Amino acid sequence: MWFSAFRGGVHPDGFKELSSQLPIKTLPLPKELRVSLRQHAGSEAIPVVKAGERVLKGQLIGRPGEGLSAAVHAPTSGIVTAVEEVLAAHPSGIHSKAVVIEVDGKDEAIPTVATLDPFTMDRAELAQRVSEAGIVGMGGAAFPAAVKLSAATRSKDGIETLMINGGECEPYLTADDRLMRERADQIILGARLIQYIINAGRIAIAIEDNKGEAIEAMRAAAKPYSDIEVVVVPTRYPMGSAKQMIQAVTGKEVPAGGRSSDVGVLMHNVATAYAIAQCLTRGEPLISRIVTISGGAVKRPQNVEALIGTPISHLVEQCGGTSDTPDRIILGGPMMGVIMPSTDVPLNKGSAGVLALNKREVAAPAASPCIRCARCVDACPMGLVPLEMANHARAQDFDGANDYGLKDCILCGSCAYVCPSHIPLVHYFQYAKGEQSAQKATAKRSDYTRELSDAKRERKEKEAAAKAAAKAAKRKPKPAKKAVAEEEDE
Amino acid sequence: MALLTISSPHAHDHSSVSRVMLHVCLALVPATALGFYLFGLPAILMFLLTVGSAILWESVCLKLMGRSQSRLWDGSAMLTGWLLALSLPPWAPWWLALGGTFVAIVIGKQLYGGLGQNIFNPAMLARVALLISFPLQMTTWALPLDSFTDVGIGQSFSIIFGGAPLADGMTGATALGHLKTELSTGADAQQVLAESFSASRAILGTTGGSLGETSALLLLLGGAWLLIMRIISWHIPVSMMASVVIMAAIFHWIDPSRYGGGIFHLLSGGMVLGAFFIATDLVTSPSSKSGQLVFGAGCGIVDFIIRTWGGFPEGMGFAVLFMNALTPLIDLYFKPRVYGRRIDGTPKRYAKE
Repeated sequence: MWFSAFRGGVHPDGFKELSSQLPIKTLPLPKELRVSLRQHAGSEAIPVVKAGERVLKGQLIGRPGEGLSAAVHAPTSGIVTAVEEVLAAHPSGIHSKAVVIEVDGKDEAIPTVATLDPFTMDRAELAQRVSEAGIVGMGGAAFPAAVKLSAATRSKDGIETLMINGGECEPYLTADDRLMRERADQIILGARLIQYIINAGRIAIAIEDNKGEAIEAMRAAAKPYSDIEVVVVPTRYPMGSAKQMIQAVTGKEVPAGGRSSDVGVLMHNVATAYAIAQCLTRGEPLISRIVTISGGAVKRPQNVEALIGTPISHLVEQCGGTSDTPDRIILGGPMMGVIMPSTDVPLNKGSAGVLALNKREVAAPAASPCIRCARCVDACPMGLVPLEMANHARAQDFDGANDYGLKDCILCGSCAYVCPSHIPLVHYFQYAKGEQSAQKATAKRSDYTRELSDAKRERKEKEAAAKAAAKAAKRKPKPAKKAVAEEEDE
Repeated sequence: MALLTISSPHAHDHSSVSRVMLHVCLALVPATALGFYLFGLPAILMFLLTVGSAILWESVCLKLMGRSQSRLWDGSAMLTGWLLALSLPPWAPWWLALGGTFVAIVIGKQLYGGLGQNIFNPAMLARVALLISFPLQMTTWALPLDSFTDVGIGQSFSIIFGGAPLADGMTGATALGHLKTELSTGADAQQVLAESFSASRAILGTTGGSLGETSALLLLLGGAWLLIMRIISWHIPVSMMASVVIMAAIFHWIDPSRYGGGIFHLLSGGMVLGAFFIATDLVTSPSSKSGQLVFGAGCGIVDFIIRTWGGFPEGMGFAVLFMNALTPLIDLYFKPRVYGRRIDGTPKRYAKE
């Protein structure tokens, strides 16, 4: 049951039938893995292995960095050939640090510790295990899952509803759909474990109504548990966005600047729940994921279970390669996914899809002037005024852009999807957001520099004054000023 | 592969500006066709002249501004010319058409920076400029012909190009104009309207008036098409027509001898054309739904005020221009409510249960 859907949104063509009918395929091991140490929200993981070392499947290769971070594990056994900068899964073509593993094909795993029934274990201990397993949000944000769990246990009003996000509203993507059809029991188990850890009152599993088989499978798996409800939500992009899904299921809106827990909700993706079940019942860290390989330029679109760090070129080859020259390679879905500089980039924990799209699918002619048709205003699920935000961003007036809602923008791309003038609205928003955070960082840095120099000057003045006083005491009248001047030259 | 910095989304609904413009033109076809049928060859000639000159001015401006001629294909100049033609007297002389499109395209649109940059609806700006400058020609209404072939090709050219004076029997006043004149002589509105206004004729369109404003039914048909195609939303047309009907009904109830009723005002002049095709101009109307309701109501109220107490029998053009001027202000104060925020912009708070 859902009280109200959300404002705006769009109905892009699904293209889900390309990959939704075939079962998840397990791939042969690739020759080489490039496991990125920066594939989660927060700071880079710190490598704990060196070139030449042999690693086993499931072995820790990167420990969490400072602050928000996540652990990284070896997806299979092999020799570490390098810990170096490789082409990152980022549109700019930057490089980031990765552990390169030459796969030995033995797939030898570290011994797993036999686990007790997790439901008898300490909640904090379970959260700690999730953290150690390097599990992150697998819907795309890649936010460390354990951080969300511990925050939820600390939330003062508690979590009433654990929501499991089976929305998968992005076109083409069917990874969650297949996972729900084929491994519903494990997802339910994962959801129950999360519920146990955060002590949530109930579980709501929200699935878009275009996934009939997944709904059936999840309903069947949830049947024994009276506090689990499978909620069918209408198919509308961006249903999978946490804010919109919470609104569709509970009728409440997450307050601006707040969190889901402010309305008593914690949300995890179905794939994350699955990973948590694998971790807490079998002791397996997050080393693989289900990913949709699709798009008009892919010969045999399919869902594959792939090791983290697999070059996406290998994934595409395993699906028959590309039939015609793809116009764009996208990591993620077409609405929010990022364009890849090359197929050399590795698969990350947060990548639900690899798409090779042809020109017709992308449909991106040159932008023409805005005709103020306000279709973007109607499509915005957040109630913003995209055309004005873009106008102000283009004029570098970021305060103006903020006034029209830039800070509340979730970058879902609904506005640009419907824009008859093909204006790259999201591009403007990303630019304005990036510039503002850069400005903030610069301001912070210069504040810090000023503080330091102020402190230094104060210290020097004090020292000089002390010196002068000492000298005066010795009756040698030399001006203290010179000492200050000298030291300022440092 | 080159380093690409293209942001998501990587999909599109395949809409385009030219598609939007063409749909509006398509929606105007029924009313235009009726205009051609009623007012004959001179009307077709005037229409072609207006649309053609609008495209010509647009092309000249693009050339002068160093922009690509391919922008002609966005269809916006054609639509502006089309709308202006529909709001001109059907047998308007050639220089009215050319001068009108010059004002619309060159002054009303391109001098502001071209498509999307203009504050005022170009067609209405032109119509109002012509009405003030050439009141006689702008209120000489050809009456519907008995038969399409009544006016031949030669005569059509002499009407449009030759400045031939129209015979008395061929022209007449619109219902609004007639009421205004008669009221100024102290006549009773009910009596005047009983003689000069027929609702069924106004719905079908077999009455004097601008080329494309006469048939409420066909304009509604076009408006429905725009609504179905989601080019426009119901907010402006409904609030505009509702405000006029309500205002008229109230005053008619107060003194029926001086004020025409709601149905009369709704079906007369450019009300239906304006509500669905002029006021809803995407560029010059507000972007939020609440803003559109305010805008539409404003258009209706101002139009009614001008019709009733102003110097002109019809005030649609003035009303729309007046509200166009207020659009930036409306946009500033009437934004959609943001998710997770109250209407005043502060974050939402839920009472703890």
